[in-house]
Amino acid sequence: MVEQSYIYGLVGGLIIGVGGAIYLLGNGRIMGASGVIGGLVDGSGRSDWRDRALFIAGLIAAPWLALTIIGAEAETNITSNPSVLIAAGILVGFGARLANGCTSGHGVCGISRLSLRGIAATAFYLLAGGVSVLLFKHVLGVI
Amino acid sequence: MRRIFSLSSGALFGLGLLISGMVDTSRVQGWLDTFGDWDPTLAFVLGGAILPMAIAWRISEKRQAPLSGGTFPARPTQKITPDLALGSMIFGAGWGLAGLCPGPSFAALSFGGWEGLLFVGSMIVGMLLAVPAKRTRLGMA
Repeated sequence: MVEQSYIYGLVGGLIIGVGGAIYLLGNGRIMGASGVIGGLVDGSGRSDWRDRALFIAGLIAAPWLALTIIGAEAETNITSNPSVLIAAGILVGFGARLANGCTSGHGVCGISRLSLRGIAATAFYLLAGGVSVLLFKHVLGVI
Repeated sequence: MRRIFSLSSGALFGLGLLISGMVDTSRVQGWLDTFGDWDPTLAFVLGGAILPMAIAWRISEKRQAPLSGGTFPARPTQKITPDLALGSMIFGAGWGLAGLCPGPSFAALSFGGWEGLLFVGSMIVGMLLAVPAKRTRLGMA
């Protein structure tokens, strides 16, 4: 049922928001996935690497634990085309760091703060994402 | 306390991404596919996440400091720079291509198979490539 996915989306979204609220009110940091990860990757976040590593540990472990406990499998429908995975990964990593944020930092944390930069970034990546799906799915047929 | 906040925040982020279905690349691509079978789920996720965050920002304005000390993030400049525009568009192109962004790609690491690993590995390469790019021409603005 399609409508059920909206409810799961809303509930999941609320949980994501509570996670972001804890990161902000507890640690004074913005919960942006590309920022937390990127700071470890390029060493710019060396001073608080422990916070970042623990955040990432929770991010990976919680879904795994939840799926193990309820004995379910999650659908990812991820492509098995290596070229697509490599190209998309590089674009996502490069772009998010250049823009200083992704869907969580600019989207969730930026929009909720009514940050003009967050709202603008969201508009840009939604537009580009729509064009990307249009091009690669409907025009070129690679995805 | 800092460590508990970090771990629990990451755990809730991961759980939320799993429950909301955002680890499913077809849902993300379905949202971006306005010319195909459009899936509005992502709007509910974003809306749901913004609600507690908006309250948290309000609370942060009234408080002196975060619970574990330090300071709240300063309000960034409201300048829409070329880096922000270009970076977001490059990010969006990759997001549409694979249906994955940094948060969900990590949340799905334990069950995403070699495909998920390859995406995350490539994403890390992209993040490293952004360092010199920010320092040189692109980083001018």
